[in-house]
Amino acid sequence: MTVSVSVPTATHKRTSQNERIKMSARGVKVFYGENEALHGIDLDIIENEVIAFIGPSGCGKSTFLRCLNRMNDTIANCRVEGNVTLDGEDIYAPSLDVVLLRAQVGIVFQKPNPFPKSIYENVAYGPRLHGLAKRRPELDDIVESSLRRAGLWDEVKDRLDQPGTGLSGGQQQRLCIARTIAVSPEVILMDEPCSALDPIATGKIEQLIDELSESYTIVMVTHNMQQAARVAHKTAFFHLGEVVEIGDTDDIFTNPREQRTHDYITGRFG
Amino acid sequence: MSTTQFDTADSKRRERLATIERSLKSRHARERRFRRLGLTAVVSGLVLVAILFASILMRGVPAFWQATLYLDVYFDPEVIQISERPVQAPGESDAEFRERELAWLGELGRVNWNVLIDEALKAELPGEIESRQTRDLRALVASAERHALRERVMHAPELVGQTLNVKMLASANVDVWLKGNIDRSLPDHRQQLSAQTREWADYLAAEGVIRNSFSTALFVNPDSRSSSASAGLAGAFMGSLFMMLIVIVLSVPLGVASAIYLEEFAPKNRLTDLIEININNLAAVPSIVFGLLGAAIFIGYLRLPLSAPLVGGLVLTLMTLPTIIIATRASLRSIPPSIRQAALGIGASRVQTVFHHVLPLALPGILTGSILGVAQALGETAPLLLIGMNAFVANVPSSPLDQATALPVQIYLWQGNELRNFFEARTSAAIIVLLALMLSLNAVAIWLRKKFETRW
Repeated sequence: MTVSVSVPTATHKRTSQNERIKMSARGVKVFYGENEALHGIDLDIIENEVIAFIGPSGCGKSTFLRCLNRMNDTIANCRVEGNVTLDGEDIYAPSLDVVLLRAQVGIVFQKPNPFPKSIYENVAYGPRLHGLAKRRPELDDIVESSLRRAGLWDEVKDRLDQPGTGLSGGQQQRLCIARTIAVSPEVILMDEPCSALDPIATGKIEQLIDELSESYTIVMVTHNMQQAARVAHKTAFFHLGEVVEIGDTDDIFTNPREQRTHDYITGRFG
Repeated sequence: MSTTQFDTADSKRRERLATIERSLKSRHARERRFRRLGLTAVVSGLVLVAILFASILMRGVPAFWQATLYLDVYFDPEVIQISERPVQAPGESDAEFRERELAWLGELGRVNWNVLIDEALKAELPGEIESRQTRDLRALVASAERHALRERVMHAPELVGQTLNVKMLASANVDVWLKGNIDRSLPDHRQQLSAQTREWADYLAAEGVIRNSFSTALFVNPDSRSSSASAGLAGAFMGSLFMMLIVIVLSVPLGVASAIYLEEFAPKNRLTDLIEININNLAAVPSIVFGLLGAAIFIGYLRLPLSAPLVGGLVLTLMTLPTIIIATRASLRSIPPSIRQAALGIGASRVQTVFHHVLPLALPGILTGSILGVAQALGETAPLLLIGMNAFVANVPSSPLDQATALPVQIYLWQGNELRNFFEARTSAAIIVLLALMLSLNAVAIWLRKKFETRW
């Protein structure tokens, strides 16, 4: 079975309905040393949609996610082949500055990883780095609006000077999301953003993803199929380094076309 | 029947518990034995350190006070026959004035300053003192004191004709005699001082003319052979200070920079592996080998001066670099990768990631490692012997190019001095000064670590 067959017609249909392709991957292979972890991924990410990657552990969904903003560059002996574009531009082109790419494609990690600095500094770091705010009031505005959008402002507005590491796990993760959206990226990658959180914090983050999808394109990896069903417009099922099936979330969960997808979502393996 | 079954099951259960209990006993015994062993090791270590400190302190602390004479010296114009101190006349050239001044200094140098001290002593001592006893008389006072009198008059010529109470160091042998560091019952021919001098020393001590005063000489004077009582640590201290500055200025930035490059930027390949192995091995190279290297390269090839703190500093820099690199790398490695990923994910470059996040977090470890490396260099003796820093230097160096020794080398030199019963205490005093310096460096390291760690 070739992967291109499994790209559902639904995607093309919606594309023809004036939905722009934000990112696109063609024939993406990733090698760790001699070991081929991804065997040629073809996948399109539509602007302002939430796409979830599901699949059993070790199927390559996180690896693929990291290809989308070249975080794999930081891993020794990791090699990427194939073609990934952002707005039609090759992000692996030698002329592309990876810093610029990451300002456009932000990432939120599995474990909350705030800097051991104040809450304010955590959010202000990105804008300051990229020179997005000329003066302090401008920076204050960015920090406030980012924290508001991350739904954290009311909880932390009185203690912005306190360490970000002193917040609870869910708050820390929302702080990391605020930190990411502070540089106004176009795409946000989320690598199992809720796996270290309790159900209440998870609920808040899911709600946040829903709200953010109005202005951002969101790609998330999740182990939690209910979560994918709740928040994602599209879902891609990864297995053994391939995309088995991709389509509208409702279709994937109610009417999967592939046997393997069916087996996974019904809990036969995983 | 079911009861028997239950009984068998129960007895099996009890047997199993008994087996575990038996093994438990030996396990606990082993644990107790290990704990006792550890405790013994710690206690014996502490005891040995305590003995070391006690013996050094007991021997060294008395040397911070030394026998000092308080004499009323009459600056006799009959003895000090000098002209007016020259003043530069208007229109006189610098060279002309310098010549007149030198002539005046020559007059000062020709004065027999010993006579002033002799007279002052005679005034304190009972009975007539004949001129053949002058030798015994002069053995009381450190020989450098006559130069001190000359200095006084040189800086204040108006003293001539006045009487001033002057503090003078007693000679080293008098100090030894009065402190009881020599057996008083030894026969005359085995005593350092003549019977007459010993008698006078006891008399002056009883009269309060010789008192045991805090020895500033130990801190402000350079080493001395002709006047052992005035031998001090100032020269060695300044030599060590210059070397430390050179080590800090060179090895800390170099070491930290190379550690950052190797840890954060260098590609992992054969070459970097080779470099890493070499750095680790360099840290284990005996320090005297670095001295040989320094002698060959800095002195033999680059023709830098012998006995100079500059060369010493360079050699110690080479020796300290691996320590600092290893400490810095360990400290960088302990920073969780999630911090680096967070910064990279926002779009920080690798350099920004390191300098904004990783380095500040690693700073306490880096500082501690660096200071410990510098402290190690401060206590190093062997490599300095090979670049001539064990020379006898009777001046306080004023630049890193002047000849100098270092504190540990001074300790080595003093402990080999012929005047054993004076320099034994002096050596311990020097050790105390060196230890105090080391402890304060370590205290700074601890303070810095605490300061940067408690930020969050």
